[in-house]
Amino acid sequence: MLEKALSGGKGYWAWIFLLLAIIGTGFACYLMQFNYGLGITGMSRDVSWGFYIAQFTFLVGVAASAVMMVIPYYLHDYKTFGRVVILGEFLAIASVIMCMLFIFCDMGQPTRVMNVILHPTPNSVMFWDMLVLSGYLALNLVIGWTTLGADRKELPPPSWVKPFIYLSVPWAVSIHTVTAFLYAGLPGRHLWLTAIMAARFLSSAFAAGPALLILLAMIVRKVSKFDPGKEAIQSLAKIVTYAMCVNVFFLLLEVFTAFYSKIPGEMAPIKYLFVGLEGHTRLVPFMRTASVLAIGGIALLVYPNTRKNESILPFSLIAVFIACWIDKGMGLVVGGFVPNPFERVVEYSPTVPELLITLGVYGIGALALTILYKVAVSVREETEAGDIQEGWHGSGH
Amino acid sequence: MSMDRRQFLKITGVSTILGIGAVAGVNGLSRSPVEASQVEPSPDALKAKRWGFVIDMSKFRTDDDFTRVRHACHSIHNVPDIDNPKVEIKWIWKDTYEHTFPGQESKYMAEEMKDKPFMVLCNHCDNPPCVRVCPTKATFKRSDGIVMMDMHRCIGCRFCMAACPFGARSFNFGDPRPFIKEPNPEFPTRTKGVVEKCTFCYERLAKGLNPACVDASQGGIVFGDLEDPKSEVRRLISKHYTIRRKLELGTEPSVYYIIGGNENA
Repeated sequence: MLEKALSGGKGYWAWIFLLLAIIGTGFACYLMQFNYGLGITGMSRDVSWGFYIAQFTFLVGVAASAVMMVIPYYLHDYKTFGRVVILGEFLAIASVIMCMLFIFCDMGQPTRVMNVILHPTPNSVMFWDMLVLSGYLALNLVIGWTTLGADRKELPPPSWVKPFIYLSVPWAVSIHTVTAFLYAGLPGRHLWLTAIMAARFLSSAFAAGPALLILLAMIVRKVSKFDPGKEAIQSLAKIVTYAMCVNVFFLLLEVFTAFYSKIPGEMAPIKYLFVGLEGHTRLVPFMRTASVLAIGGIALLVYPNTRKNESILPFSLIAVFIACWIDKGMGLVVGGFVPNPFERVVEYSPTVPELLITLGVYGIGALALTILYKVAVSVREETEAGDIQEGWHGSGH
Repeated sequence: MSMDRRQFLKITGVSTILGIGAVAGVNGLSRSPVEASQVEPSPDALKAKRWGFVIDMSKFRTDDDFTRVRHACHSIHNVPDIDNPKVEIKWIWKDTYEHTFPGQESKYMAEEMKDKPFMVLCNHCDNPPCVRVCPTKATFKRSDGIVMMDMHRCIGCRFCMAACPFGARSFNFGDPRPFIKEPNPEFPTRTKGVVEKCTFCYERLAKGLNPACVDASQGGIVFGDLEDPKSEVRRLISKHYTIRRKLELGTEPSVYYIIGGNENA
């Protein structure tokens, strides 16, 4: 099926080469980082994780969100998602690939990556995160490829794949729960030490992931004959709406706990993020932008007329997506390190090479996604054309 | 009893699998701390059940008392001297009371107490979060309580830095070697991309020597076995009011501070 990614129009190839150029730039910057060390990034001994880990955390959520299509389609036989579910699974594959690359980019000694497998350490959450992420990648590859292959032959998916599909549901929840546990089990990092961290992760994931998926589906609809269906898009938009409301609700729970208890350590990082701490306000404009986008996005999604209007819907979804990206990326990661263990505020901002490396990883993700979507769309276009022909001739093959 | 080839292979195969499984299971379940040593321990080696420090801050009066200790440690351990607080490496250094014991200061406290410098270093916690989170066992706790680093196994993920509530860990954001003025050939230098910290002078204890900071502190830092009721550290802890950093987190630091005011401490 992969050969379908090798044929495309001028626009397709222009996009592929643009992505390759972005990847090339990122790779050149990565070589600089490989050579010099992580000192070319904005990270410090106080804010020791930055932009890379922020992207990793956010994208685990996007990957997990495929479950929002898998549950209705496979567990509840919700046929409307028949066309988008493959897009969700392939988005999960591209996201997990990016997650792994971001972890790799963040390593001080990337050549020693195999030490995680050579010296397995079950008491480390990172060990489990590696296991669940690679497992999730394998599951989605197997499920996505098999169901699409069956589809091409116009056969139902083979029965052996069913258990894997069912397994992928709790597995999706596990990848984001384990990722939340990376943070939620650390003593002395007040913003992270919260029992609802995994719940917050899942809610923001189920908002941002399907939001991105709808946007991608709309692009696919524009550039190909493949139409995921208006109803599927509307159902997904409702999922985004509920999940985003829950996400904001969870954030408000954190704010209540911190500011009603008045425990200084609990309040400090939230103050740093939204109003600034001891005169340090670098993240404030971003967090306020995220707040405005979240509120605006929710308003447009909750009101049925604006949700149903497909020319307004993309803007609400972009708003929700960016709000989650800022909040769960930079806000969450950097906020956890501020103030530092000595209660001093050390700020962080990414450097240009760091941003270009990040962009390069996103380029690889976009390339993987493009190839997978091209295959899926071509297969669908083929079978649908076949259906029409069958209709014309009044007989099967 | 006779046994044909097939049966023999079956039995040996199954018992091998069971045996490997059992060994792996026992290894995985046993909670004994990792034992590691570069060389055969010397008969003069200093030993303890749980090493600890008592730092008497009344003995640190001048700036020189701090720099002397810091220099002793950093010079023998090839700690680079990087003049940028964001990426500097430090094993032992000073910070003020207010920042060493955050949450313990009060509005009405004398300024000089708030600003009183304290010697800070890795606490060699009994319950170290850094060890818990390390995905490769590059940082581990020895049976004598020392929280150790294997700089050759560290992958530089910095999970331990996020987990340490004491800011005791430094990361090599670049090659440290150009920043080492007089390298000590007796101790390894580090490479870029690994985390490092105080290792309780394990290499000196192994030769029967005191930790470098203890020797340079002129009585300000005392070390010994916290598990031995007759040790000097235990005598000091029972005689003086001592404090430790962030006790509420349950990491059980092995570094005790005597605030001072008692001249014959």
